[in-house]
Amino acid sequence: MAHEATAHTGSAPAAPVPAAGTSSTKMIMTMGTLGLVCAVLIVAAFQLTQPAIERNKAAALERAVFDVIPGATSKVVFAEKDGRLVPESEAPGALRYFAGYDDNQRLVGVAVEASGQGFADLVKVIFGYAPDRGAIVGMKVLESHETPGLGTKIETDAAFRANFEALEVKLRASGNDIENPIVLVKPGKKTNPWEIEAITGATISSTAVTNILHNSTARTVPVIMNSLQTLEANGHE
Amino acid sequence: MSDHKVPATQAPSAETFLKGLWKENPVFVMLLGMCPTLAVTNSVINGLAMGLATTFVLVMSSTIVSLARRFIPGEIRIASFILIIATFVTVVDYVIQAVSLDIYRALGAFISLIVVNCIILGRAEAFASKNPVRHSVLDATGMGLGFTIACFSLGAVRELLGNGTFAGIPVLGSAFEPWTIMALPGGAFFVLGGWLLLFSWLRERKAAPA
Repeated sequence: MAHEATAHTGSAPAAPVPAAGTSSTKMIMTMGTLGLVCAVLIVAAFQLTQPAIERNKAAALERAVFDVIPGATSKVVFAEKDGRLVPESEAPGALRYFAGYDDNQRLVGVAVEASGQGFADLVKVIFGYAPDRGAIVGMKVLESHETPGLGTKIETDAAFRANFEALEVKLRASGNDIENPIVLVKPGKKTNPWEIEAITGATISSTAVTNILHNSTARTVPVIMNSLQTLEANGHE
Repeated sequence: MSDHKVPATQAPSAETFLKGLWKENPVFVMLLGMCPTLAVTNSVINGLAMGLATTFVLVMSSTIVSLARRFIPGEIRIASFILIIATFVTVVDYVIQAVSLDIYRALGAFISLIVVNCIILGRAEAFASKNPVRHSVLDATGMGLGFTIACFSLGAVRELLGNGTFAGIPVLGSAFEPWTIMALPGGAFFVLGGWLLLFSWLRERKAAPA
């Protein structure tokens, strides 16, 4: 460390210190003091804004959950533990499942967050699955950095969004895998209820959404179907 | 860029504040801070939010730089300025998240990139590190508002042509076919070019003998 070498000579005017003449000790002290002041400022800002940020995030998620489960008026949060759903408090930090219930406390759907690589960055979505219909009934993009005007159509394009009003995801009668996994088809070529029609000019973003749903449903739909009793029972509390 | 030192005894003048808005506008005259100017001005709200966030960082860091200017050795002044600027960028990052997640989502990485906005470092180096606090605050506010006006001007034109709306409110009607290019980076260059042309024309006309 150069600091040791110059620290002792800094105050002596005749010493061979750098031309500018400020001792390393003084520089380090200045940066240290500034750093300390800045750290205090950042911590204060974090402490002051954190409650509001948490509130905003919770509110955004809340809105999204009810957006993707049409007809739901209340929700209960579950989490996945060993392939089953348990109340969130029993498996903190695990993937969360938001079960939506109607006014009669009947289960109408389960919302799950999912994410995957998009064109520019990670795309984060939430989708609603209705177990009685065996289909995805709503999808909303929570976070994306796709190309404005093209990739962002995954959020705004009405025709693309219509894909997710009733997108079939059914389990095979005999097991835990999906009967017809979700696939992407060219615009105007949709013939089966498990197909997603791509957006012209935004194939990569469309593929991203398809992959996200394909991968997430393969994991979460079996969990939902295996835990239907838990889900239905909780609505009656 | 203005590099003049205001005499410490002199009272802050309107000129210190106003030059940032017009005569030395950071975007339209000095062509500084092009990256956020071009990248996030695809709508009125985004442009305004970016402008105001930058203004906040600019004013706060200029204040601290000006206050600490006698204690910061010349050798480490740039490092110190960046430390101070980065602190306020982090603060503004939290504040925007607390105010609106939608704006935070729209501005994305560009909030953190305010750190490297050369307008801020430029004002710290050229003005705040040489002048008393009250002058520095005025200078920073003027420059910040000048930047905000520029971002707003670009955002307004781009949203109007690219989306047919103004601050989210439809104005051009459903018969209008949006010019998608305006919402894309290319459109930012076209609109900036247009504004620069207008500003140069106005300046020349003003300078010409009546």
